[in-house]
Amino acid sequence: MAQRTTEIIVGLFMVAGCAALLFLALQVSGLSPKSAESTYTIFADFNDTGGLTPRGRVSMAGVTVGAIESISLNKDTFQARVEMSIHSDIDNIPSDSSAVIRTSGLLGEQYIDISIGAEMDSLKEGDTFYSTQSAMNLERLISNFASGR
Amino acid sequence: MIDRIAAFGRLGLDVVSSFGRSGRFLAGVLAGVPRPATGFPLLLKQLYAVGVLSLAIIVVSGLFIGMVLGLQGFTILSDYGSEAAIGQMIALTLVRELGPVVTALLFAGRAGSALTAEIGLMKATEQLSSMEMMGVDPLRRVIAPRLWAGFIAMPVLAVIFSVVGIWGGMLVGVDWLGVFEGSFWGNMQSSVDFVDDVLNGVIKSIVFGFVCAWIAVYQGYDCVPTSAGISSATTKTVVYSSLAVLGLDFVMTAVMFGDF
Amino acid sequence: MNSPAYISLRDVVFSRSGRRIFDGVSLDIPRGKVTAIMGPSGTGKTTLLRLIGGQLKPDSGSVVLDGHDVPKLKRKALYRLREKIGMLFQSGALFTDLSVFENVAFPLRVHTELPEDMIRDIVLMKLEAVGLRGARRLMPSELSGGMTRRVALARSIALDPELIMYDEPFAGQDPIAMGVLVKLIHDLNSSMGLTSVLVSHDVPESLSICHYACIISDGKVIGEGTPEQLRAHPSEKVQQFLQGQPDGPVPFHYPAAGVAQDFELSGGVS
Repeated sequence: MAQRTTEIIVGLFMVAGCAALLFLALQVSGLSPKSAESTYTIFADFNDTGGLTPRGRVSMAGVTVGAIESISLNKDTFQARVEMSIHSDIDNIPSDSSAVIRTSGLLGEQYIDISIGAEMDSLKEGDTFYSTQSAMNLERLISNFASGR
Repeated sequence: MIDRIAAFGRLGLDVVSSFGRSGRFLAGVLAGVPRPATGFPLLLKQLYAVGVLSLAIIVVSGLFIGMVLGLQGFTILSDYGSEAAIGQMIALTLVRELGPVVTALLFAGRAGSALTAEIGLMKATEQLSSMEMMGVDPLRRVIAPRLWAGFIAMPVLAVIFSVVGIWGGMLVGVDWLGVFEGSFWGNMQSSVDFVDDVLNGVIKSIVFGFVCAWIAVYQGYDCVPTSAGISSATTKTVVYSSLAVLGLDFVMTAVMFGDF
Repeated sequence: MNSPAYISLRDVVFSRSGRRIFDGVSLDIPRGKVTAIMGPSGTGKTTLLRLIGGQLKPDSGSVVLDGHDVPKLKRKALYRLREKIGMLFQSGALFTDLSVFENVAFPLRVHTELPEDMIRDIVLMKLEAVGLRGARRLMPSELSGGMTRRVALARSIALDPELIMYDEPFAGQDPIAMGVLVKLIHDLNSSMGLTSVLVSHDVPESLSICHYACIISDGKVIGEGTPEQLRAHPSEKVQQFLQGQPDGPVPFHYPAAGVAQDFELSGGVS
């Protein structure tokens, strides 16, 4: 009776809470169950990563194909080493492709764009990009332009 | 002059001793593990009183706050031609800040004050004393279920608040002001991270739930058992909870999102 | 069973917020008898009950209840001891969110594992004893003051205690309710053989049922004995209290400066 009703209502309350959390997970933060799909890791060394951050996207021809896992400093070369995970179904990135840091829009976030090479071989787990192009630094660009160099 | 310094010192000692008492009180409440057979129905009853009955105010406020965010965000963002970012703005503000904080403030006003008044009245009418004389520890029987209920209900309410708010924002942004629905959700999904944003928000609301419930039951238990004492304890609950929530929010925001 | 005193207090000193409430009170409460503790309002009679129940600890002195030194008991032992004590609070202290039946069943549910039908039987028996079996479905807010106290009495005897303490059972009751309570206290004591401690300032009612009484004033026991002994007590204070004279050793006036001085009459001209 009264006890039972309370139980049911409180149960519904907790279910509503769980549903809301699920909504936040799936619809709001776009955490899809697919995200657990298998990936492989490749690396790229940059002279300057600019404002690149972990979790940033890696894209090819504007399509997201992976995410940046971590950014660390390579102590031997003093370059930034970026670790990125690429979806397993994109398994034919030519090995002479280059990784380019680009900015979405004028002031948007930075991401890595892979420009396609022509080799028949493709990048495998643990490989490193042969050529990279660092972040375009707006400030440096302007100062170069101003000083006429 | 000496008197003033002495009075100031006494005030300081009073504050410190009330911290000490509330800590001992908390230890007493949490020390006893309730028997599931008796503890669960009590917890359920309090969850109903504290959580379910607060749902209406949470949903209505969440809806309005989401709609206001939609309107204000649209006005500002459309100046930069980036109305599409409205989803991202609404979701981040709600999930990170407004969800946990506003829920905690409403909770302190709606449920916290009721808890304080109820426990204070039980003290004034000697119900707590009589329970003690019957060999039942009121800390475990009366206080613990209320504390746990607040602790559990707050994150649930905060999550519901955020969802309703996002829905309200969508109502205004998409259905009324004509932002493209795909970019509304798409922008939101690309910028909101489940662990960093959603879970951190939930952690915040768990902490707030704990603090608000603790303050509420402690003020009730420690109040002077007269009508003036209960009314001042109720006021204190709302004031202290609100201050604690806002202060802790700053600290936690600095810790969680500070390295941006 | 042959120990003469069920509860004995020795040189109990207790002070609260700087005010000394008891200044060396020694008192023996005999087993199986009704003992009345009387005294003017504000002498800490309720505090005395709380000391016996272990809710407060004395600054010094000992409180021994049935061989247990109450202030020195550990929490668990104290709670076990309290299961043998029933206490009737001045306000009744019923749980306002439970019905009359559930109020009386409360100690049984908490302290025993009895099946539901047995709890029902016990509760109805206890309610029958106070004459309120028909009121079991009412909520405490629907009861009159006298009924509230009777329900509270039924609740405090639910576990068949050895000791029952009444805190001002007669205060603010109409004559009929008072008569009912006097009868109940007397009957319970004689039929169940329990030790009763009665705190009150209603002299005629208390003296009519107690076997033994003591009067506390200003933190000390000023007179004790059987009702007859007390009526013939030589102390003026005792006589003033028993007969309710407005003025005597306990002055009518709260200590104050002289009348002439307070009304500024001494100078003649202002």
